[in-house]
Amino acid sequence: MFKTFQIGGIHPPENKITSTSSIKRLTVPKTVYVPIAQHIGIPSEIIVAVKDKVTIGQVIAKSGGYVSSNIHSPVAGVVTKLDKFIDTSGYKKQCIVIRTDEKDPSNFNEQEYLLKTSIELSPKEILQRITDFGIVGLGGATFPSHVKLNVREGTTLDCLLINGVECEPYLTADHRLMLEKSEEIIVGIKIVMRALNISKAIIGIENNKKDAIDLFKNLTKNESTIQVGTLQVKYPQGGEKQLVKALLNRDVPINGLPLDVGVIVHNVGTIFAIYEAIQHNKPLTERVVTVTGKNLKNASNFWVKIGTPINNLIDAVGGLPEGTRKIVNGGPMMGKAIKNTDVPVTKGTSGILVISENEASRGKSENCIRCGECVFVCPMGLEPYLLMNLVEKNFIDRASSEDINTCIECGSCSYVCPSHRPLLDFIRFGKNSEKKLQTVKN
Amino acid sequence: MSSQSIIISASPHIHSDRTSKKLMYDVIIALVPAFLVSLYVFGISAFFVTAIAVISCIIFEYLIQTFLLKTTVTIGDGSALLTGILLAFNLPSNLPIWMIIVGSLVAIGVAKMSFGGLGFNIFNPALVGRVFLLISFPVQMTMWPNPVENSIKIADAVTGATPLGIIKEGLMFGETMTEITSKLPSYFDMFFGLIGGSVGEMSAFALLLGGIYLLVRRVISWHIPISMLGSIALITGIFWLVSPEQYANPLIHILTGGALLGAFFMATDLVTSPMTKKGMIVFAIGIGIITAVIRLFGAYPEGVSFAILIMNAFVPLINSNFKPKRFGAKIKSKIL
Amino acid sequence: MTDSILYSVFLLISLGGLAAVILYFVSKKFYVYENPLIAEIEDILPAANCAGCGSLGCKAFAEKLVLSEDISNLFCPVGGNDTMKLVATKLGKEVSEKDPTIAVVRCQGSCEVRPKTTEFQGPRTCAISAMIYSGETDCEYGCLGDGDCVKVCKFDAMYMDESTGLPIILTDKCTSCGMCVTACPRNIIEMRPRNKKDLKIYVGCLNQDKGGVAKKACSLACIGCSKCEEICPKDAVIMINTLAYIDPVLCTLCRKCVPICPTNSIVETNFPPKKEKKVDNEKADEISEIVKLVKVKMDV
Repeated sequence: MFKTFQIGGIHPPENKITSTSSIKRLTVPKTVYVPIAQHIGIPSEIIVAVKDKVTIGQVIAKSGGYVSSNIHSPVAGVVTKLDKFIDTSGYKKQCIVIRTDEKDPSNFNEQEYLLKTSIELSPKEILQRITDFGIVGLGGATFPSHVKLNVREGTTLDCLLINGVECEPYLTADHRLMLEKSEEIIVGIKIVMRALNISKAIIGIENNKKDAIDLFKNLTKNESTIQVGTLQVKYPQGGEKQLVKALLNRDVPINGLPLDVGVIVHNVGTIFAIYEAIQHNKPLTERVVTVTGKNLKNASNFWVKIGTPINNLIDAVGGLPEGTRKIVNGGPMMGKAIKNTDVPVTKGTSGILVISENEASRGKSENCIRCGECVFVCPMGLEPYLLMNLVEKNFIDRASSEDINTCIECGSCSYVCPSHRPLLDFIRFGKNSEKKLQTVKN
Repeated sequence: MSSQSIIISASPHIHSDRTSKKLMYDVIIALVPAFLVSLYVFGISAFFVTAIAVISCIIFEYLIQTFLLKTTVTIGDGSALLTGILLAFNLPSNLPIWMIIVGSLVAIGVAKMSFGGLGFNIFNPALVGRVFLLISFPVQMTMWPNPVENSIKIADAVTGATPLGIIKEGLMFGETMTEITSKLPSYFDMFFGLIGGSVGEMSAFALLLGGIYLLVRRVISWHIPISMLGSIALITGIFWLVSPEQYANPLIHILTGGALLGAFFMATDLVTSPMTKKGMIVFAIGIGIITAVIRLFGAYPEGVSFAILIMNAFVPLINSNFKPKRFGAKIKSKIL
Repeated sequence: MTDSILYSVFLLISLGGLAAVILYFVSKKFYVYENPLIAEIEDILPAANCAGCGSLGCKAFAEKLVLSEDISNLFCPVGGNDTMKLVATKLGKEVSEKDPTIAVVRCQGSCEVRPKTTEFQGPRTCAISAMIYSGETDCEYGCLGDGDCVKVCKFDAMYMDESTGLPIILTDKCTSCGMCVTACPRNIIEMRPRNKKDLKIYVGCLNQDKGGVAKKACSLACIGCSKCEEICPKDAVIMINTLAYIDPVLCTLCRKCVPICPTNSIVETNFPPKKEKKVDNEKADEISEIVKLVKVKMDV
């Protein structure tokens, strides 16, 4: 039996349609729309003006605070507009619109870097560069990486976990990246280990990606410090706390961070971005996006410039199929449904999922039959049925004492509910209200 | 793009294919073997009892929802159907029709709808109906047709006691277990259900089959049946070991009466059982203890229905005191 | 027979007596002193328990009134000035007077003028759909139509108009408790002074987008042409970005701004009918011209 976490968890159908299609490079779009709020925390501040010429990798919005991040121009071209456009949040947000210069060769000849294994920078320089180059967690949460890596003096860290779990159904971006850039990822791991002075790293991969497991086992044969942890397939194993539990059997305390048990977790995508930043001076301006869906003709994985409208990706896979009812930015369990296909790709876009009528529609919400299924599957040991009731009746205080804020919004409860109750919708709302209540109290 | 507009909803965007309806129909499928056995044993009358209970349950639910509550009618979800079947399985096959209808009215009207319908009832509706009938019409409710005679023709009201009834009566007249055992049907008959009893409760074999189906389909978890039967066996076993001449052995207690029907189908009722695994174990052990106490010391030969109803009342208390362990919580939250 | 009757009568009487004695001592022992004024004030208050005053119910508000030194900033919106005057004489404290107000829905985005572009699936509450995205229409400022305001109204003063999908306020029932104002995640409902004969003039739109975008989302949207600002003789119209707002204090209800609005964003209610409006075609031309102008101005 492979390792896994103990409490809760579900097994949605995997549907990893694109796991064998290698990552293609998407043609550079004519215009990119770069939102300034792509990460968790304070939005960045725009430092370019309309009609400014920008080059690839130039900082166009600088970090607006500690928990924030720089944003770099993904293309060479001219800033044409600073305006509000609908982004993945469903609201209009400030964006920097850049028209690609079609004559500039740097936009089109993507040089393939040679693997560079020797690490020249000191830990301090590494951290500085990660800060400057706008690296954020590419697993989906988009938490600025430098904040995560900036460990306070006196904290004991003994293990770096690399999250190659990709427990979301459909998505294969991390899987393909691991297969195609495995050696780079190993170097990236070493960079982070060096920056944090950790001597042990474990790459956690679920058992449905056997090729990646074998590849990494082969590569780490002679590495004493890097191991591969094979995990049982179970959602939401990619959650930080669940991964720490599964690989190291350590319990991250309530409201705590993996840091509290001496662990730091990074996604493989982030590790690769760190590798590129440190070894090849390349800021985070593109990422791997899985474009998938049961009815798509050529579902595949792509290297996409940040800010590319999703339209371009959909066109690349053969257009929207007949009867499409929902387009999801991210995976089917935690992604956000988007309003139209003009929404740009951001640092957090791990996939675009196109679903049809019968998959897209929610069932009618019926009475709770108190089967307790939501309680059994909750990976955080919460009671979703109770939380929903409390939030519905506006007992936010009581919901708070039932640990509503520890919910990781994995969606397992809504997924299993036989009565199709919108459990997570209410819990998420309750979490928001609770936060507001706390700020009022303070 | 298609003419229909895009749907927006919060995550998750996929859903498991389990629905409340499917769960209900799974339970009904699991009850089929027991129903077939009762058809074989009691003949066509078993069918009539079940049919009347089911139809009257559905009609009452429809009438109450349309004319009293004025809500949407949900008779299609299978819950009224299931209540009807379970009620019928707890009744003797020769019960007068009007009593069955009264039982259905109590089950649906009092136990289910007055609390707000599916999901809000505190007590198992079928059991409330059964216990109401048992208390109101004790004579008719404890007269079971003799199985062997009536397997072909429609049953007359011939008194045939259940094994537990025989034991209780025997012990009251001061007979020893050895004497009583000679009057009891063989274990083979008990296991396959060729004994007196309510429509669906006699065949241990058929009920086990249904129970295993439910476990395999993951409609129920093992916690309630195993802990309930285990605690019944343990308590009756202790008394049997201490004094085998005064108390029946645990095997008889498990195979006869409503123990198996209760353990697999009544106590595990999703609505009226606790929400956590810990709570389920406590709940089931409670049922086991009360059942054993009623059977060993009470006036009734049978105690499963009462035990389940009593423990149903404790479910909210169990829910609020046996919470799941929060991820990363150091000390378990308060325990009663 | 008589024995058992007597016995049970005696038993019940003694049980009752015992309970009475226990109750007497318990109530003595756990007696909590409460200022009798609080009960008296509570009697004056309307007992609507609407929480419109900011306290949780009338009892809490009565306590607050009795206990706080200065009550000039406390006000019962339901009872209004009359109630507060009574309270003031009872307590011998000063109260401030407030003009009566009424809730106003500042959105006209019915299904006809503001087409739905997406379909929302999930719990029908404004709070949750506002959390997820900008709503079923393209206007991210307007009414979501799930009726959170109607749900919180304790006076049956609101209902959802099925045909338009917008809430309607019944002016004679509205007590201006302000619950709907806090319930609306978009701040569409505003408390405005209650004028004579319930006359009202307000901008029925909150769309701060630029003219073209706003107009595309909703044909009754304020496009920010600032014509009303120019025509207003009392400077009551304030432009916030590209949205007009009529200051209810300065407004004299002269109605000059109403016909000039190219998109009919400004709402007037309960006025006697005026002379015939201009021919529609003319107006339509005018609108498109202005939209074009605004577009040119905004889009650089």
